[in-house]
Amino acid sequence: MTRVDSVLDLIGNTPVVDISVLSPNPDARIFIKLEGGNPGGSVKDRIAKAMIEKAERDGELWPGRRILEPSSGNTGIGLALIARLRGHPITIVMPDNTTNERRQLLEMYGADVVLTPGNEGSNGAVRKAQQLADEHPEWAFLYQYGNEANPQAHYDATGPELLRDVPEITHFVTGLGTSGTLLGVGTYLRDHKPDVKIYAVEPPAGEKVEGLRSLDDGFIPPVFVKWGGADLLDGKRIVRPRESVEWTRRLASDCGIFAGVSTGSAVAGAIKVAERLPAGEHATIAVISPDGGWKYISTGIYTGEIEAAAAIAETVNTW
Amino acid sequence: MAVSVRLPTVLRPHAAGKTVVEADAGSVGDIIAGLVARFPGMSGHLLNESGELQRFVNIYVDDDDIRYLDKAATAVADGAELTILPAVAGGA
Repeated sequence: MTRVDSVLDLIGNTPVVDISVLSPNPDARIFIKLEGGNPGGSVKDRIAKAMIEKAERDGELWPGRRILEPSSGNTGIGLALIARLRGHPITIVMPDNTTNERRQLLEMYGADVVLTPGNEGSNGAVRKAQQLADEHPEWAFLYQYGNEANPQAHYDATGPELLRDVPEITHFVTGLGTSGTLLGVGTYLRDHKPDVKIYAVEPPAGEKVEGLRSLDDGFIPPVFVKWGGADLLDGKRIVRPRESVEWTRRLASDCGIFAGVSTGSAVAGAIKVAERLPAGEHATIAVISPDGGWKYISTGIYTGEIEAAAAIAETVNTW
Repeated sequence: MAVSVRLPTVLRPHAAGKTVVEADAGSVGDIIAGLVARFPGMSGHLLNESGELQRFVNIYVDDDDIRYLDKAATAVADGAELTILPAVAGGA
């Protein structure tokens, strides 16, 4: 269907591309599900729509009521786009080390942006949003880290789409942010194809968060605990900025896919799975590409010396 | 050759500001016990009252999270890298 009534009808049903040319193992095929084609440019459009519609159904959100959300970019952009169409004012709390493109997109859709210190990472944005929610009980705090509509959106749509398009899937690899994609798609796969192995990758974010006073200030998304994330996973790995940038560039040069840096991390995770397969075992690995590269061009990570690009990826919030 | 232990910012003051310290090969549990013995200030950060790893501490051996390997019994060989990271909110 290419003619729709609203841009919101274009959320989801994203394409899957064979990127096995990158595989280090001839017995391992790799497929990537490209979420950058969603109207707001990322996988987060799915949860933005689900969280807003759930809040509207539950009577917690109505036209004119302000939405509040901490976001390093993508969730905020998806929410702002939908909020604009539905008549909700919106405030996004964002670390100040995100890219200028993300801030401009938010402002274009009419969001108020509250910045928090970049060296506090997303923890700082979450803390500030919780404080604003306490001060403004008249606002609707959707809170993607604790909102079950987040994993549910992926259970209801992203998971079924993936299994429909890659029915031979044996391994699923995804990035870990709020953990919504992992939980929703992972649980759907467990329920419908229990042998699929489920892996997560994450950036070494804790190294950047200098504002952390003690490890007791740590954060585990409440949805990760509620949905049994630890039991779902077969493995979890950190992917360092240099490796993420390298695989982001390989995707562009070898497959023509222009993706964000967190996609490079997910592909790096898939490559590791392919490398570690027991000899003779065949695998079909599927990874999620959360967004395209457009919002990160100003960082300069796509061209030039890899060392310089990796250093930039260390300091800019690209996840 | 020993094991390199990468410390997060919050633990460095307890190790004279060092980012990386060396340890002997062994299990993750042995290495953490050795760290706490050498740098007692780390104890409360890393271990709870029962001597188990704190909930918000993530430990990786050559970048794999030990929770999905053999947990504290995970073997760390000479030349490997053990990374300690706080659990933080992911971007989104």
